[in-house]
Amino acid sequence: MDFFSTLVFLLDSTIRVSVPLLLAALAGLYSERSGVFDIGLEGKMLGGAFAAGAAAAVTGSPWIGLSAAVAIAVFLSLVHGFASITHRGNQIVSGVAINFIAAGSTIILGQAWFSQGGRTPLLGGDARFGAIQLPFAGSLSDVPIIGELYSDLLSGHSLIVYIAFLLVPFTWWVLFRTRFGLRLRAVGENPAAVDTAGISVAWLRYRALICTGILTGLAGTYLALSQNAGFVKDMTAGRGYIALAALIFAKWRPVPVMFACLLFGFLDAFAIRIQGTALPLLGQLPVQFMQALPYILTVILLAGFIGRAEPPRAGGIPYVKER
Amino acid sequence: MGNAAIELIGIDKSFGSGHANRNISLKIPAGTIHGIIGENGAGKSTLMSILYGFYQADRGRVCVRGEKAKIETPSDAIALGIGMVHQHFMLVHNFTVLENIILGVEGHSLLGSSISKARSELQRLERDYGLEVDPDAVVEDLPVGLQQRVEILKALYRGAEILILDEPTGVLTPAEADHLFRILRQLKEEGKTIVLITHKLREIMAVTDNVSVMRQGALVATLKTGETTVEELAELMVGRRVLLRVEKGPSAPGEVLLSVTNLSVKDSRGVTMVDDISFDLRAGEIVGIAGVAGNGQSELLETITGIRKAVSGTVTLDGRPIDLTGAADPSELRARGLAHVPEDRHHMGLVLPFDESENSILGYHRQPKYAKGLFLDMDAIRDDAVEKIGKYDIRPPDPRLRTANFSGGNQQKIVLAREMEQDPKVLIVGQPTRGVDVGAIEFIHKRLIEMRDRGKAVLLVSVELDEIRSLSDRILVMCGGRIVGERDATATEGELGLLMAGVDEKEAAE
Repeated sequence: MDFFSTLVFLLDSTIRVSVPLLLAALAGLYSERSGVFDIGLEGKMLGGAFAAGAAAAVTGSPWIGLSAAVAIAVFLSLVHGFASITHRGNQIVSGVAINFIAAGSTIILGQAWFSQGGRTPLLGGDARFGAIQLPFAGSLSDVPIIGELYSDLLSGHSLIVYIAFLLVPFTWWVLFRTRFGLRLRAVGENPAAVDTAGISVAWLRYRALICTGILTGLAGTYLALSQNAGFVKDMTAGRGYIALAALIFAKWRPVPVMFACLLFGFLDAFAIRIQGTALPLLGQLPVQFMQALPYILTVILLAGFIGRAEPPRAGGIPYVKER
Repeated sequence: MGNAAIELIGIDKSFGSGHANRNISLKIPAGTIHGIIGENGAGKSTLMSILYGFYQADRGRVCVRGEKAKIETPSDAIALGIGMVHQHFMLVHNFTVLENIILGVEGHSLLGSSISKARSELQRLERDYGLEVDPDAVVEDLPVGLQQRVEILKALYRGAEILILDEPTGVLTPAEADHLFRILRQLKEEGKTIVLITHKLREIMAVTDNVSVMRQGALVATLKTGETTVEELAELMVGRRVLLRVEKGPSAPGEVLLSVTNLSVKDSRGVTMVDDISFDLRAGEIVGIAGVAGNGQSELLETITGIRKAVSGTVTLDGRPIDLTGAADPSELRARGLAHVPEDRHHMGLVLPFDESENSILGYHRQPKYAKGLFLDMDAIRDDAVEKIGKYDIRPPDPRLRTANFSGGNQQKIVLAREMEQDPKVLIVGQPTRGVDVGAIEFIHKRLIEMRDRGKAVLLVSVELDEIRSLSDRILVMCGGRIVGERDATATEGELGLLMAGVDEKEAAE
């Protein structure tokens, strides 16, 4: 196996690992740009993954699994909205509560329904989102470099992977080229300006949270129906938090969010790849160090290299009409 | 008088137990500038918020151009041609001017075509009204005067025929305010109706056709501006006769208490803000420092009080130097008899979430009389606060009330009471009446004169020329970080104004 093949292999797994991060980070982008901090990405993803696994296991259809995941994640998002928009509660507390509810209830329901220790039954190929072969992938695979890149790197991913990457330009377009995006950005910076312009702050923020719900549902579906064959307890494993780090790292902008997620995904893929291999000069690195690398990198880069990441100004503050 | 643009009939509004508007009826003729004046908390802003659909009146109705109007949200008001320029600008700081203007009236769910349409419409408005702003500038990069212009353009873009301005000059320099008044007059010429809410009498006299006076939620009078006087308006506002110019006897300056020699100060960017300043402050006199805001007065104050580092020079208090390296201990300076009423009471003078009683000892809280062993003696502190409340007429008289819930004038009295009651030798006062009601201004001025008459030295920094002229025994004018001239209390406003702009008539004559 030459260097090039190794690299393609590494980048291929980078893409696979990055997708749930990317979907979750874009989900967080909608919510946080509207001024609602969302630490509950993790919980919504987990709830979505469980719903997808359970529904697909019962019905055998990945599409029903996806619908269930989106429904559950949107529901959890609306709970967050009800607490933090309608009742002006603390957004961090509400988000953490959603994480706890998701972590606990998925295991309890999983055990009650499927009696497999909190996991959902293993899914067959038909109940999952399988790999899509792009046209000519087979015939081009022998062409050196370009063919290899096309058929091994670009082709052969599940539908959700392509959707996730298409969502990056789409989100940019929504944010900067539509009326909804303009208002969304405005309400995250100065809700009073939106209110006096005759637009409902609450309804705008609810719509942003619905977007967040849909995307976290998609992220959960990817974990349960694409990357794995069913739901496993705690399968999100902190991805919701890494997604938040990526969001901060990218200063709440869609295209940098993609690169941040790819970077974190790459570190993850690299860590798996070099496990047990000795590196020149460094020797064998402990796996924990590699796992910690995305976090360390976030702290270092935020502290010194990319300048201050300034969150949307109204983020975290419930909107109250002033006298 | 033409037809009424707006007619309010029997408007009544309460917030909890507070009665903000009491049965208000008011006609505003079309094509006029109508002033609404009253002290802070008189209910002016509430009334206008009802008109703009921000609040619902409990009782009463609103007619716009003779027809009964139902205004439940700001969009209803906008549809009726009512625009509002809020006291705190309703702008998104990191949006461009154009984006701010179209927010809420984008016209289409995609921005592409509407933005170019908005751009040409905006250019037309800018031309017609002489309100030039770069449509692509980011709002936070614009000076406040221009930000306000964006707010006005926003209202005009929405087709406002009736424009409400809530305390528009609070954030403006005098020159910017004059410019605003020119714009308002021009808008009037174009047939717009303008409602100007303010608590500054001068503005009412300068620009309005008619004026309504509000006091404690009620409308007490509506007059033609040309047929009234500042004194009459002040009396109507406060409900009693107000002395706009304090009476004081001649000063009897004694020994030098504060001496500033060759003081120079740079700001964090390295720009020289105070440039080689020297002056003496004697017991029994008030020295006023006049100048346009931002000419080094704030830095001078902060250096004398040991908050800011000096580059060179010395300051002596009662014969002993003050540490100017930025390491001065404020409590030591207080112990030596230097009291400081900072320019910005919210930022430096008070901790707003604290009780009134806590703020009234802040900085002096280590004194034994407030302590019981290791702990604060809350009873003593509260008794002390009650005494100050009585003496300074702080309202409401509740030492347990959060300081944020007091009006601006009463907050300022809390700071003044705290600093003055320590019986300092030298009192440094910055902008003592900024955002303070007419009635409280009179009170504060009297107290400052009293301090002087008791043989204390008072250094007064203010951007209000009237205040400087009526209180000071000597006036120093600062411009560009230097003292450009010294005058006595008889100096005219014109003379001082020229000095503030850096022109010295005497020198020019020589």
